[in-house]
Amino acid sequence: MPDRTPMTLFSMTTRAMSAQMVRMNAATSNLANAGSVSSTEEGAYRPIRAVFAVELDKASGLAGVTTGGLVRAETAPTKRHDPSHPLADKDGFVFEAPVDETAEMVEIMESARQYQNMVQALQTAKQLMLETLRSQ
Amino acid sequence: MNERLFGIHGAALTVRSERMGVIASNIANAATPGYKARDIDFNAALDARLARAKGANSANPEAGMVWRRPTMPSLDGNTVELNHEQVAFAENAVAYSATLSFVQGKVNTITRALKGE
Repeated sequence: MPDRTPMTLFSMTTRAMSAQMVRMNAATSNLANAGSVSSTEEGAYRPIRAVFAVELDKASGLAGVTTGGLVRAETAPTKRHDPSHPLADKDGFVFEAPVDETAEMVEIMESARQYQNMVQALQTAKQLMLETLRSQ
Repeated sequence: MNERLFGIHGAALTVRSERMGVIASNIANAATPGYKARDIDFNAALDARLARAKGANSANPEAGMVWRRPTMPSLDGNTVELNHEQVAFAENAVAYSATLSFVQGKVNTITRALKGE
């Protein structure tokens, strides 16, 4: 981006927290789609992951973080034999979304912790800045 | 002027503030693949800043910037270790407060002298 305001501690924290939010939303979507089935292998839900990238601001020396995009996992859906299922194909198979619930929960917890960390750092920094401003 | 009034503390406060930003960047990038954590070597950065204030233009603005050495390298190339960063951030915040109180003391002295109390 050519004409962007220089990155401050506040804008950097905002971006980092947004990135964590994207990551948490992706994990939540995966959890929501756990157990969803499809009649074709291509139609089955694939888990999504947020990919983070560094965003270095040379002027201030701060390194923010942005979500470089979402990628779909290449995991193959679980093929299950269930002829009584309404979505079963002609051979009686359904394709289940390959979501690892435990891994998603861990991802959400880690993301929440890093979000908290960021909030704490911001609070400390803000307090110090206010002290500096108020000193007579 | 700044130099004569606040001595070393004016420059120290700036370096502390910069270091706070650098450590906050590390915390923000705790989950970024391939991110290399940085830190500011306070002594080197302060020396460079004081040298620049005295007129040495050759001083590198990035002086004192060091890469963090991870205790255990991670698979995705990220070298942020949150325990390190948190301790460094806290230590830096305390040092910032200390420097700030020195500056405040100087300001108070001058104010008192001006008011003639």
